[in-house]
Amino acid sequence: MADHGRNVCVTINGEAHERRVEPRLLLSDFMRHEAGLTGTHVGCEHGVCGACTVLLDGDPVRSCLMFAVQADGASIETVESLADGETLHPLQDAFRREHGLQCGYCTPGILMTLKPFLAANPAPSEAEIRKALSGNLCRCTGYQQIVAAVRLAAAMLRGEEP
Amino acid sequence: MKPPPFAYECPTEVADAVSLLSTHGADARPLAGGQSLVPLLNFRLARPAILVDLNRIAALGQVTVEDGTLRIGAMARQAAVEADPGVARGWPLLTEAIGHIAHPQIRNRGTIGGSLAHNDPAAELPAVMLALDAEMTAQGPAGVRTIQAEEFFAGTMETALAPDELLTEIRVPALPQGTGWGFQEAARRQGDFALVAVAVLLRPSGSGASGIEARVVVTGTGDGPQRMRGAEAVLTERGTGGDAYEEAGDAAADASEPADDPHAPGWYRRKLVAALTRRACRQAATRMGR
Ligand SMILES: Cc1cc2nc3c(=O)[nH]c(=O)nc-3n(C[C@H](O)[C@H](O)[C@H](O)COP(=O)(O)OP(=O)(O)OC[C@H]3O[C@@H](n4cnc5c(N)ncnc54)[C@H](O)[C@@H]3O)c2cc1C
Ligand code: FES
Ligand code: FES
Repeated sequence: MADHGRNVCVTINGEAHERRVEPRLLLSDFMRHEAGLTGTHVGCEHGVCGACTVLLDGDPVRSCLMFAVQADGASIETVESLADGETLHPLQDAFRREHGLQCGYCTPGILMTLKPFLAANPAPSEAEIRKALSGNLCRCTGYQQIVAAVRLAAAMLRGEEP
Repeated sequence: MKPPPFAYECPTEVADAVSLLSTHGADARPLAGGQSLVPLLNFRLARPAILVDLNRIAALGQVTVEDGTLRIGAMARQAAVEADPGVARGWPLLTEAIGHIAHPQIRNRGTIGGSLAHNDPAAELPAVMLALDAEMTAQGPAGVRTIQAEEFFAGTMETALAPDELLTEIRVPALPQGTGWGFQEAARRQGDFALVAVAVLLRPSGSGASGIEARVVVTGTGDGPQRMRGAEAVLTERGTGGDAYEEAGDAAADASEPADDPHAPGWYRRKLVAALTRRACRQAATRMGR
């Protein structure tokens, strides 16, 4: 009964990617192996770690819990969409300045979770930040610097920090 | 950690989805938000030959209020219902409980119908739907039928749905004027399944010794949501005075038989049942009559 091919067209970071894929191909693997966008990381492949979080039509979702065929016609944003050439996005800049990452495995999923969060809540409290990040595991930092980076990013996005 | 091969269909009409399910029988599985099913596929704990994706059936995604009854399409996303102002006004217990399901990224895909059809024994929504006397609409090859929450949840990961039946809609009646609600959950971490969760509704009533009618539902202690009739009787008899909540909590704990598991020993869960029932009663009482 296996189904060996289906045409899909997924827009990732503004660019259309048309492929023939097996229905069982995960969206995370489509992005990494078919579109060559390896910025999105894959940790657990069962929804727990959050490393694979991307924006699906603007909302953060687990790309390991979707099939590429389900994203046919959708618009995806990945971590590669953040920087403008050599200029880092304020979120990335803040994570660098506050040491919000060590190995960086969790970072792409965290940044893509935070982008819509800070757009909706430009001045979050620490409790709100921690709740927003509850679905993203980091095994390196202990989260303290991540929370500090989010505060800095929020201030930068509000125009209060250079 | 890659899913086994399967054939894939994505109908746009409920009738087409039902006919696919009835043609393929036990080989077919509906795919809703995928937040429980895709992990099972990735672990290869499930190997359906064909997935019937419900995500392109627009008719299943609606959330409306009609004559005071909340009608939730089975494919309504948990995040959408959580953010719905009409739901928050009329059924704040539901809004509150959804906030305890996993994390925002998961609620953006996870559906109300998927959680109810999956019926994980520690899931929040089945407990809340049982407390709220929800009615499930199911559609199968023989037509449409209505199933009361009490019959719908049939034990750990079991429901009254036949394999070729789709859950299409959940109807939640309006809460009687003055109903107070409480919801308490203990989990190991933010977003985890409940160790124990308790939903309580208290409403002023003409009948009953104390002028109060109570509904107490506990989950996390065994086969899924359980109505605690002993605790309800205590509250109906004693009302909100004295140590009625203490007694209700003890009655609920007495009726619970949680087994030991790696997350918590049974005795700990029973203590949680007593404490959370007490707290949910207090919460509900402060909101009653407003
Ligand atoms: C990390 C993580 C944490 C989680 N934490 C929680 C939590 O704390 N509490 C909680 O309740 N849940 C939790 N979940 C599960 C999540 O809420 C799921 O969304 C939910 O259990 C299933 O909904 P779904 O729409 O994703 O359904 P799917 O995963 O698509 O389907 C689940 C099952 O229901 C069947 N099904 C789905 N829709 C229908 C329908 N309309 N008719 C008939 N059958 C149907 C499917 O065939 C499948 O067997 C968690 C998930 C993850 C990955
Ligand atoms: S890889 Fe998707 S959540 Fe871990
Ligand atoms: S920086 Fe290593 S896991 Fe977060």
